[in-house]
Order: sequence, then structure tokens, then C-alpha cells
Amino acid sequence: MSAPLTHYLILSALLFCIGFAGAVGRRSAILVLIGIELMLNAANLNFIAFWRYGPHPEALTGVMFVLFSIAIAAAEAAVGLALVIATYRQRRTTRMDQLDTLKG
Amino acid sequence: MRNEIAFYLVAAFTVAFAIAAMTLRDLVHCALCAAGAFAGLAMLYLQLDAEFVGFAQLLVYVGAIAVLILFAVLLTRGDEVRPGRAAPARSWWMGAGAAALVLAAIAAPILLSPSLEGGAPGAASAPVRRIGEELMTRYVLPLELVGVLLTGALLGAVVIAMREEPRTEDKAGGIPPRFTPTPGNPANPR
Amino acid sequence: MQHVVQYLWLIPAVPLVMAGIGALLKRERRRAAAGLAIGGMAVAWVLSCVAFVASLGPDSFRATCTVKWFDLGDASVPLGWMLDPLTAIMLMMVTFLALLIFIYSLGYMAEDENFTRFFCFMSLFGAAMLGIVIANSLLLLFISWELVGLSSYLLIGFWYEKPQAAAAAKKAFITTRIGDMGLLLGMLWLYSKSGTLLFYDNGHGCLEAASLARLAAAATLGGMAVSTAISLLIFAGAVGKSGQLPLHVWLPDAMEGPTPVSALIHAATMVAAGVFLVARMYPLMSAGGHLAALEVVTWVGAITAVFAAAIAVAQNDIKRIIAYSTISQLGYMMMGLGVGGVAVGMFHLITHAFFKSLLFLGAGSVIHGCHGEQDIRKMGGLKKLMPWTFATYAAGMMALCGVPLFFSGFWSKDEILRAAWIWPSSPVPFCLGAAGAFLTAFYMMRQVSWVFFGKPAQAAGARAPAHESPGVMTIPLAVLAVFAVLAGFLGTPAWPWFQSYLNGEKVRFEPAALLASPQLNLMLLSAVVVGVAFLAGWKIYGNVAAQSLRAMDPLQKALPAFYRLLENKFFIDEFYGATVVRLNTAFAALADWLDRVLWTGAVQAVTRLTVALARFDSAIDELGVNAGFDASCDGLRGAGRGLSWLQNGRVQRYMRIAGVAFSVLALALIWGCG
Repeated sequence: MSAPLTHYLILSALLFCIGFAGAVGRRSAILVLIGIELMLNAANLNFIAFWRYGPHPEALTGVMFVLFSIAIAAAEAAVGLALVIATYRQRRTTRMDQLDTLKG
Repeated sequence: MRNEIAFYLVAAFTVAFAIAAMTLRDLVHCALCAAGAFAGLAMLYLQLDAEFVGFAQLLVYVGAIAVLILFAVLLTRGDEVRPGRAAPARSWWMGAGAAALVLAAIAAPILLSPSLEGGAPGAASAPVRRIGEELMTRYVLPLELVGVLLTGALLGAVVIAMREEPRTEDKAGGIPPRFTPTPGNPANPR
Repeated sequence: MQHVVQYLWLIPAVPLVMAGIGALLKRERRRAAAGLAIGGMAVAWVLSCVAFVASLGPDSFRATCTVKWFDLGDASVPLGWMLDPLTAIMLMMVTFLALLIFIYSLGYMAEDENFTRFFCFMSLFGAAMLGIVIANSLLLLFISWELVGLSSYLLIGFWYEKPQAAAAAKKAFITTRIGDMGLLLGMLWLYSKSGTLLFYDNGHGCLEAASLARLAAAATLGGMAVSTAISLLIFAGAVGKSGQLPLHVWLPDAMEGPTPVSALIHAATMVAAGVFLVARMYPLMSAGGHLAALEVVTWVGAITAVFAAAIAVAQNDIKRIIAYSTISQLGYMMMGLGVGGVAVGMFHLITHAFFKSLLFLGAGSVIHGCHGEQDIRKMGGLKKLMPWTFATYAAGMMALCGVPLFFSGFWSKDEILRAAWIWPSSPVPFCLGAAGAFLTAFYMMRQVSWVFFGKPAQAAGARAPAHESPGVMTIPLAVLAVFAVLAGFLGTPAWPWFQSYLNGEKVRFEPAALLASPQLNLMLLSAVVVGVAFLAGWKIYGNVAAQSLRAMDPLQKALPAFYRLLENKFFIDEFYGATVVRLNTAFAALADWLDRVLWTGAVQAVTRLTVALARFDSAIDELGVNAGFDASCDGLRGAGRGLSWLQNGRVQRYMRIAGVAFSVLALALIWGCG
């Protein structure tokens, strides 16, 4: 018997917040990306947990969603890292507090 | 009972790696810990009877994304290594505070909601065959779109990260001298 | 006569139109200007002859024609003219004299460059004078009266570049204005009391029996009858216009104008207008048996006659002597009106018009011939050099002095003296009249001897010798000389045609009347007075050929103080200058002070207030509006700066804020709906 649903949900929330804290708090752009991936993974875990414990697991909705989410996360990671590399090439830095040309 | 212990172990493992990924100073260590967190999540999927997703997670996340992150870290190492032990930015605490608030916001309904009180889950299975069938029938459009998306992302990433033509000043472009993957001269590391 | 009177308005209208056309002519159109004036006056003369003939006819004594000018509320304002013997005889005299003098002016003003303007003004004057003569309405009379005053001003000041001429014109106008105020007041009173502007209007006129009875019965301040009061006020106008004693000061100065002007206006017509006015208003002056007004007229006239004659004795300007003589003779006319009635005064007016204008024109001829010299001390011996002028001048002089029997002045002056002799109120006017006659003969003798007799005076740096005047000037002189002689025969006691004509009676021929007791004695007395005066004059002044330069007048040597008094015209001008003029100047200075200090000060105060208000507004604008606006702009900028602080370009901060906001929202929803 697996753990009850709420445990998975709490775990997912915890992972989400860790990812959020890193994305918001760390200076390196790559760490922001890692944080974002963590957040996405936490959401995926949430989906699977609800699929498993939900009323209609035979519909495979959660699974499909997560599959697509993984695919999209991969694409997003690729593009994001390409952006970081390009930015590093322009600015010679990946520090977020030095990338503020959007400043108003 | 055994599953619960398994769950707690894997959960602790995953959370530890996640925290490590977010807090370590050296980016390479962060990337590796992130891979470990992804792996922990894959084990969780397996525990939840979503085998295909679990393996997909391992393949994609650990196999591709974590490596990609590692590559990016290694390619952009110019200014990260040299500074000494820098104190955590003041914004780190604000970030932590915000994260705590978000945690509270998410955890509150989980814990307070009455409908989440347990019933034992029924049997659930996600055979690959079924997944394939679903992909080809119900989810064919998203499948195609994701294909397009992936193509676009691939092309976009290549274009974005592509090295630009060298200009008269050498201000533009300029990967640090250590890593200059000039296409025409693989033998010369410079 | 009625059908003639309807066209009587043409008589003043034609010269008026000619004056109007003449005003539009350019200065070079001299012939046109003269032609217009003379032509217009000739037409007027012909029409006057027609009117005169009509008045001689057996029709009614008086015909009127009334025309409504405009309506003033309920009342209508009429203009009217009339034809009666007084009107007819004045028309004849004025038009004839004007015509002769216009012709004379052709020669006299030939070298003047303002020839056209002269004839325009003379035409205007003629029209105005004729307007006075035919007026049956107070309004028409007053309008014409004022126009006459205006023309006189324009003509006296004809040579306006000369400051004395301009001053003389102003003096004439202002002095007569004082009299005109009295006239206006009298006329207004008369209008308000009688209710009509017309003199004669089928029994409703203000000079007709019903109205006169009302006026004579009413009494005003001092117990005076209203008719007397009105008459005195109207007489004030006559005093101004005819140069009687208090208001005579303008007439001698008016000699600054050209000689034809002096002849026409200041001898024959305008000054006679005052006498004519009294004659016209005679019914009013004698209304209800109140003769107080006529007594005043008599005394003023008598005193003026002697006063002016005395001054004339000590004058040296040829025209000024004749001017004072005019004042004196006008006094005689007034006296005649007062003691003897309309016919007596008017007879002398008519004869005086002829011989006085003759004297003026003759003096003009002398001045012209002596190249502008006017001082009689610098003339002499002109008898041989200007024979025509001398002959006609002598005729005029003898008419003026009243040389018996053959000269008109004798008969007309005698009528006056006779009426004065039998005047019940006092014998003094008669004595004054006799004294005046003596003085008149005396000063005329003086003038004629110094001008015409003796050797020609050649002053150092003299002009060319004198010459006779051209025919265009001497012919009118001759015509006037004839009239100066013949006119007298119209009113001799033997055949008083003139008096009967004016009074509307049948004339009778009585040679015996000449020899009746008062008549004969008076005629002898006049002859004696004139003879003695001539002798005295000749004795004192006639033999001055012996003196080389007439350094001092013999009379001046004998009675220096008295002579000085006379020479300075009894210092009346100086007296007026010290009193009236000074008062006026002080008042003018006060008004000027008020204007410069008070009213200007008030205006400036308002200005300063406005400026201060403007500055205050500006200050409010600067400090209030601008500062407020600037402050609000600064506030906006500050707000912008503050807001832009929010966007620091750091994505992580945005994310953090989004996360916090989401969680706050979620928690709020949970607690709100939970």
C-alpha cells in the first residue's frame, strides 16, 4: 500500500516551494532554470498522484498530461539554456542582478 | 506499511537532493543534485504505478535535461568560480519568505480539504499499449503539436546559441578563451 | 401780395445756394466765384423789387406765409416769412447795397489770393441778413441772426494770418454772443408766454393784439410788465449786434476786415439788424402803454451817440473814425426808435446805410490808392490825386454831418431831433443829440481836411504817389453818392412818403409843414450847429498844410489829458480786460486745474488701480497657478520615479512578487470561502 494521497501532495508542494525558493533566490540564471524544472516536476508529481488516487484512472488523463509536460519541459529547458548561453556570450555574466536592462 | 516506508525514504531522498540542488555553491554540484532529484521523482512515479512516465522521466530529465544543464553550467563558467565565498544575497531571504508563503498557500487546502481524506486507491494501470492508443486517438492533436513544438524548440535553441559572425571589434561574441569551439578547427582548443 | 409772399423765401435762398456752390469752388476759379455771388445777389435784388412793388399796391398791409418745418411731439415748429412795408424797404436796401458792394469788391479784392472764399462768405452773409429781414418766425429770425454773426466772424477774420484780425474776429463774436444770450432768453420767454413762434398769424401771433395784451398785463420781478422784461432782453441782443454802449468794443476792432466787409456789414446791414430788430419788436416794446423799454432804448442810444462821437475826434485810423461814427449813428437810430417810433428810426437807418457805406467804400478807395496806408496823418492832398473819390466822399461826409436841405442825413437826423424835442420824458436826449451832431461834423471835418486837403504827405521811405482807383470801384461810389443825396427827399416833412409808407397811411404833400414852428426852428438850429462845427474843424485842422509832419494833434496840445482819454476810447477795453476777461481767465485756469489735477488724477488713480490689480493677478498667476502647476508636475515626476523603482528589470523579483500575490489570493479565497 502506498502512502495516502495527501502525503504525495504535501511532497509535491514541498518540492514546488523548494524549486520556487531557488528560482527566486539564487543569483545564477542556470539555477533559476533548475528551479523552474523542479517546479514543473512537482506539478507532474501532483498530476500522477491525482491520477492514481482519482475516480477514473482508466482514462489515463494524468499520465497523458504528464507525458506532454515532460516533453514541453524538455523543449523549454533546451531553449532556456540556449538563451543563457547567448546571454553569457553578450554580457559575460549569468548573474540575474546584472541582467536588468528591462529596468523602467 | 512497506510501501509507506519506501515512500518516505524516496521522498526524503528527493527532497534532500532538491534542497541541495538549490543551495549548493558550485553549479556543477547543483546540476548533479538536480539530476538526483529527478531520479527520485522517477522512483515516485514508479511507486504510483505510472511506469511509462517514470521511465520517460529518467530518460528525458535525467538523461537529457540534467546533462543539458550540466553542459550549460560548464559553458558559462567564466565568472562563477573566482569569487570567494559570497554571502547569500539579501534577496535570498525574501525568496525564502515568499516560498514559505506559497507553501502555506498550497498546503492549506491540502490539509484542510475534507474530500482528500483517503479511501484506498483502486488498482490502476497504465499499460504502454493503452498510452499508445490514447496518443493516436484522443491525444493525436496534442501529439502533433508537441512535435511541432519540439522541432521549433530545437531549431530555436540552435539559432539562439549559435555563434554570431565575428565583427570588426571583438566585443561581440567572445566565449572565454578556454572554450572556443571554432567549427573549422577542432584540433585547436583555443 | 399774397401770391408774391409765397415766393419770398427765394430771396435769401438764392444767395445761400450760391454760397454753397461757391464753397466748393477751387481757389483759382475767381470769375466763377464772383459771378455766382453777384448773380445771386442780382436775382435777389430783382425779386426784392418785385416784392417792393407788390407792397406798394392797394392790398393788405401785411402778408405772411407759413411753412411747417417739423413736428416736435404735439407741437409743430413753423418757419414763416412775411411781407410788409418794413420788410420791403429793408429788402430793397440790403440787396441793392450788397450788389453794389459786391461789384466794388471785384476791384478792391482783385489782388487778394482768397478771392473765391471772400465771395462765398459775402453771399452767405447776404443770405443770412435777408433771412432776418423776412422772418416772421422767432426761429427763422434767430437762425439767421446767428448766421449773420458767423459770417461777420468769418469776414472780419478773413485775413486770419494776421493775429489782430483773428483776435478781432473772436472779440466780435464773443461780444455779440453776450447780447445774443439776452436775445435768446427773451425769445424763449416770449415763446413760452405766447405759445407761438410766429409774429403775425391771423391774430394768433406773438406780436398781435391778443398776445400783447396778455403780456402787458402780466407782471414779473420788480413790478415790471412781462412785455417790458422781454423787450429789454431782446434789446440786449440789439445792443450787442448794433454796438451800443456796453457792447460796442468789437466794432472798431472789426475794421481789421477788408473794407467792403466794413461797408456792407459794419455800416449798412448787420449793425442795422439790431435797429431792425427793435423796429420789428416795436409793438412788444410799446405794448399796453408800458414805455419803460423804449425809455431804456432811448437813453442807451443817446449816450452811445455822444460817447462814440467824442472818441472819434481823437482817432487817427481812417476806418476807425468811420467805425466810431457808425456806433454814434446807430445810437441816433436807437434814440429815434425810442422817441419817435419805427418810421423815425428806420428813416435814419436807410439814409445812413447809403452814406455810411459810401464813406467806407471811399475810405477803401483811399487806402487802395495810397497802397495800404490807413493813418490819416500820413495822407493829404488827395483832392487832386483822387478826384472821383474826393467828390463822392465829400457828398457822403456832408450827408453824415447833416448839411441842410440837400443831403439825406439832414432830413433823417432832423426827424430824430424833432421827436426828441417833443419827447415827454426828458429833454436830455435832445441835448445829447445836438452835441453829437456838433461832434460828428467836427471830426468829419478833421478827417476830410487831413486826408484830402493840404499837400501830399511824403513820409520818409514813402510808397509811390497815390492814384485814383479803377472804375469798378468809383462807379459804385458815384451811385451811392446819388442815393446819399436823393434818399433824403423821401422823408421830408413836406412830403413824408417814407413815414406814411411804413405806417400804412396815405401820404400827403404839405409844403407848409416845412415852415411850421418846431420844424423850422430845429432846421435852423441844425444848420447853425453844423456850420459852427465845420468852422471850428477847419480852423483847427484845415491849415495844417503849414505843419510839416503833424507831430501832435492840436487838440492834444491843448487838452492833453482829455485827448488821451478820448484816444484810448475811455479805456473801456482795458477795463473789460481787467474785469471780465480776467475773471474768465481765472475761471478757465480753475477749470484747467480741475482737469489737469482732479479729473486726470482720478483717471490716473483708476489706471494705477488697474495696473495694481493686473500685477496682483500676475502675482497670483506666478505664485499660485504656476507654482501649483509646477508642483503638480514635480509630483507627477516623483510619482513616476517612484513607480519606476518598482520595475528594476530583475525578473526574479517579479516572480517573487507574483508568487506572493498568488499565495495571498489563494489564502484569502480559502479563508473567505472556507
